[in-house]
Amino acid sequence: MVTATRMPPTTATRRIRMLDYDFMRHAFAAAAIVAVVAGLVGYFLVLRGQTFAGHALAHVGFTGATGAVLVGASPLAGLVVATVAAGVGMGFAGERLAQRDVAIGMVLSLALSLGLLFLHFFTAYATQVTALLFGNVLAVDVDTLWVLLALGVLSLGALGVIARPLLFASLQPELAEAKGVNLRIFAVLFLAIVAVATAECAQIVGVLLVFTLMVGPAAAAQRLTSRIGWGLALSAGLALAEAWGGIALAYWTDWPSSFWITALSAAVYLAAARRSTMSRTS
Amino acid sequence: MNAPMNFPVNAIETQGLTLALGGRPVLQDVSLAIRAAEFVGVLGPNGSGKTTLMRAVLGLVPPATGTIRVLGAPAARGNAAIGYMPQVRGELANKRLSGWDFVASVVRGHRLGLPLLDAAGRREVAWALDMVGARDLARRPLAETSGGERQRLLLAQTLIGRPRLLLLDEPLISLDPAHQRAVVELVKSLQTELGIAVLFSAHELNPLLGALDRVLYLGGGHAALGTVDEVITGPVLSRLYDSAIDVVHVNGRIFVMSGRHDMEHDAHRHDDDHAHGHGHTHAAHHRDAAHPHA
Repeated sequence: MVTATRMPPTTATRRIRMLDYDFMRHAFAAAAIVAVVAGLVGYFLVLRGQTFAGHALAHVGFTGATGAVLVGASPLAGLVVATVAAGVGMGFAGERLAQRDVAIGMVLSLALSLGLLFLHFFTAYATQVTALLFGNVLAVDVDTLWVLLALGVLSLGALGVIARPLLFASLQPELAEAKGVNLRIFAVLFLAIVAVATAECAQIVGVLLVFTLMVGPAAAAQRLTSRIGWGLALSAGLALAEAWGGIALAYWTDWPSSFWITALSAAVYLAAARRSTMSRTS
Repeated sequence: MNAPMNFPVNAIETQGLTLALGGRPVLQDVSLAIRAAEFVGVLGPNGSGKTTLMRAVLGLVPPATGTIRVLGAPAARGNAAIGYMPQVRGELANKRLSGWDFVASVVRGHRLGLPLLDAAGRREVAWALDMVGARDLARRPLAETSGGERQRLLLAQTLIGRPRLLLLDEPLISLDPAHQRAVVELVKSLQTELGIAVLFSAHELNPLLGALDRVLYLGGGHAALGTVDEVITGPVLSRLYDSAIDVVHVNGRIFVMSGRHDMEHDAHRHDDDHAHGHGHTHAAHHRDAAHPHA
């Protein structure tokens, strides 16, 4: 971090040069799209206590991405197809699955190992393992950017349509059911939305670090405000700040962006948790 | 059945109602009528059908046979005239959402769209919170409220939509006696002020004695509805429990005893001192009974 101690003009020059690169502009744009999607979808994920589902979907996505590479398709397509299929399946399995953490753990391990097997068969792409597992936001091209934007608009649009009954069903399922809310349909739709968001996150931070963008900012936001509107805005804002901050730090330090985003996400969550604990005891 | 038009319609009417869960009959051939603006305590051992009956009134459990009418119409899902408070789940205590947002989530909660409230919706939430005296505590996150405070927020939720019938499933569970009294008094005042019918299920009769108009006692697939003096008697309860039951009155409190065991208090003490003999009959009834004073 030598940069921080330099004179302002030099810093300004550096910042302009950072955005002179196409790959940096793409990275910031991709991170912005994904962070807003992850922050908003993640807020409901944390509220529903389904954070583990996001983690599980990412692992299944790894199998999909490597499988897609094996058959010559795009990894992002494989990722989306696999996570959405798994999300819908989990939604239909519902409560029966939610209680079985051993079963979920086994499926996760199996999914990862299948992904490993697919990579083994297609060694030319073995370098993609790191990108899939830990993300490579600096490699996002324009086409991918458009796909991320389309998927983001789709998932946020769907979330906007189901937000009210989803919130009701998340907070008071029995009452919502009595008032005419079909719990199963909203559980399935929501996990499909989570699946798309997970696939998007995997592009930025990789399947292993999806928690960083999906859960960290949302959990911190819920520590900092108990109102839904502020919480959603704060969750998206934190995710955006962490993603952009991580990319900028990666540019300056040449360390991996996923590391920086994860470190920022963890630091923000810990600070938020500490703040809410202190305000309660004081 | 055919009440004159100038009489308020019954809150709940069942005719030959049989309810089954997973093929197992829970209630059999029950015919009863609960009047408008009546406070009915619903009692009976675990598994006797208290929750199932409420879910049938809500239209969530279809009758195996017989009929069930709610406020003059067949029971159906999405009846806005029913307020429902399900049994409390522990995970509410972890939610970081404010009590206000928790109550507000019910306002038109079944409609698609964004969870934004207009002025009328906000007035409705404020009214419901004021009715239970929870306007101030609604600013705090649920995670920072006590069990008694959460019960008040849950009660406020039931009032959204101005119901004419409240179904309260075990609101006293895991509350200490002082908070139990406060909840019963609050529900009683809501019931008289709003002139609505209340079904209030509980494991114990005594906290409800001052508030209830009649008792609905469920057991062994049967139901007995009447005043405390009519229903809480040895012969009626012996039939419901299918074993010899004594009813003991002590200083205005009532204890339901099987042999020397208090049926409502001894829910899980039956394995101490009578592994064999007469114990197994009510042990079966009370196997999963929650214990209010544990």
